[in-house]
Amino acid sequence: MLTRLSTYFYQRPKLVLWLFLAPPMLYMVVVYLGSLFALLINSFYYIDDFTGLIVREFTLQTYAQIFTPANREIFTRTATMAFFVTIASAIISFPLAYYIAKYASRRLKTWLLIGVTIPLWSSYLVRVYSWKLILAQEGILSYFINLFGLSGLLEWLLSFESFGGSSLALSPLGMFIVFVYIWLPYMIIPIQTALERVPNSLVEASSDLGARPLQTFRTVILPMSFPGVIAGSIFTFSLTLGDFIIPLAIGNSKFFIGQAVYSYQGTAGNIPLAAAMTMGPVAIMIIYLLVARKLGAFDAL
Amino acid sequence: MHSKKAPLPLTIAAIGTLLFLHVPMLIIFLYTFTPDETTYTFPLPGFTTKWFGVALGRADLWRSLILSLQVATVATIAALILGTLAAAAVYRSNFFGRESISFLLVLPIALPGIVSGIALRTAMGGMDIPFSFWTIVIGHATFCVVVVYNNVLARFRRTSASMIEASMDLGANSFQTFRYVVLPNIATALLAGGMLAFALSFDEVIVTTFTAGQQTTLPIWIFSQLTRPRDRPVTNVVATFVILITFIPIFLAQRISAGASDTEGENK
Repeated sequence: MLTRLSTYFYQRPKLVLWLFLAPPMLYMVVVYLGSLFALLINSFYYIDDFTGLIVREFTLQTYAQIFTPANREIFTRTATMAFFVTIASAIISFPLAYYIAKYASRRLKTWLLIGVTIPLWSSYLVRVYSWKLILAQEGILSYFINLFGLSGLLEWLLSFESFGGSSLALSPLGMFIVFVYIWLPYMIIPIQTALERVPNSLVEASSDLGARPLQTFRTVILPMSFPGVIAGSIFTFSLTLGDFIIPLAIGNSKFFIGQAVYSYQGTAGNIPLAAAMTMGPVAIMIIYLLVARKLGAFDAL
Repeated sequence: MHSKKAPLPLTIAAIGTLLFLHVPMLIIFLYTFTPDETTYTFPLPGFTTKWFGVALGRADLWRSLILSLQVATVATIAALILGTLAAAAVYRSNFFGRESISFLLVLPIALPGIVSGIALRTAMGGMDIPFSFWTIVIGHATFCVVVVYNNVLARFRRTSASMIEASMDLGANSFQTFRYVVLPNIATALLAGGMLAFALSFDEVIVTTFTAGQQTTLPIWIFSQLTRPRDRPVTNVVATFVILITFIPIFLAQRISAGASDTEGENK
């Protein structure tokens, strides 16, 4: 019986393929894409100001609300943060990625990669929480800043209106540090992968021909590993754009996109506006992905 | 190039970055021993181990822990089945649209969690599905499938097709071939993918805040402490526990994957 069934399937590879494919595709298309589609539809509804109920009629007025000055400010604030987080992550990632790709022995490389991937997979929330302890006014970072007599420098940094605040834990500067900390592994891995593909002979040739290390870096290594930087920045940019946990836990009361969406959806019950606002990050991500594909960043993923 | 020594500044920068990635988690561990209940004073004003006992005695924490374990287990099982099927289909044949399948599976971890979360909530709310244990599992399964898929597909690609053909030639039917040849071959990939999926689900908070009703998973409990801290020392104990329970499977999964690619390298 089993053999007969086995033969039956063996003769019909197409049928087997569809049997394999159907459950995962049904799940992902119906549950996931279906939900995204429902979200899209909702963004074209609007909420009745008097009853507070969702009116299921096609309108663009919800999208118009995104462009109110308050919401525009939220978008600018979030995108600026995402931009600086991405730049900083790329700069900080390079030395470690380069060390792993070019200098570490095979054994050490395995361990270093584990050291980078563990924070990538683990305990996002707990990692955010750890900074609540570190950045606290009476906490460990302040202790060391005072120990080294740097409190003047910190106060000077916090006095800037654009990114300062009453303390690190309540300032955009503190948020910036936490964002970089949380998303850094997403940048290190693609840069390291891209650097692995830069042939050592090219680096050696460059220095043989008289280039100083910085020149070699600028003219050989950086251009060749740039797809990796783009690939990493997809993550750092997108994840910063949509995050609401970090702005809620650390930072001042000024809203970020994620927080705005969270509160429109939750307390305000304004699902259409929340939906329309998420379409912002989604659109930015799609454009970003298309550009990245053109630049060949996907090869580095 | 291996023989060349790394320049000192590069080594220092690399070590510094690694410390930046790992020291913050150790600091939570340090704070589990603080007697200070209301602030995060450093240096610690004393030393106590009583918070471990306090945490153990909290019934609400036990309920959250059990819920989180149940959600992660069911989501992992779903991801194992769906991910393996998708990997097998993509490996078996070169059909139209296999790139789109990878894209579709990656989407839930590529898009910000808030997008997936609010999308699922809108869809479930629109269909009047009550938020429950199962809505949490449905949400988690969407982003767990891809890790199983990636691990199993990578393993399939390293498995030579001739082994499967040999098994069939020697008279085994497809079920026997699956049981005795394919399954042992992908077993460690399933283990690695499954453990990663478990860890992902166990500490997920963003999608969960949207798909849970009254249920409080362990991450949701921590999240509530993040904005309104009431039990600081207990939170430190719980956070340390979450680090450990996710660290172990992730570490083992990475070892398995690294080991698999090592042996592959030696065969070349």
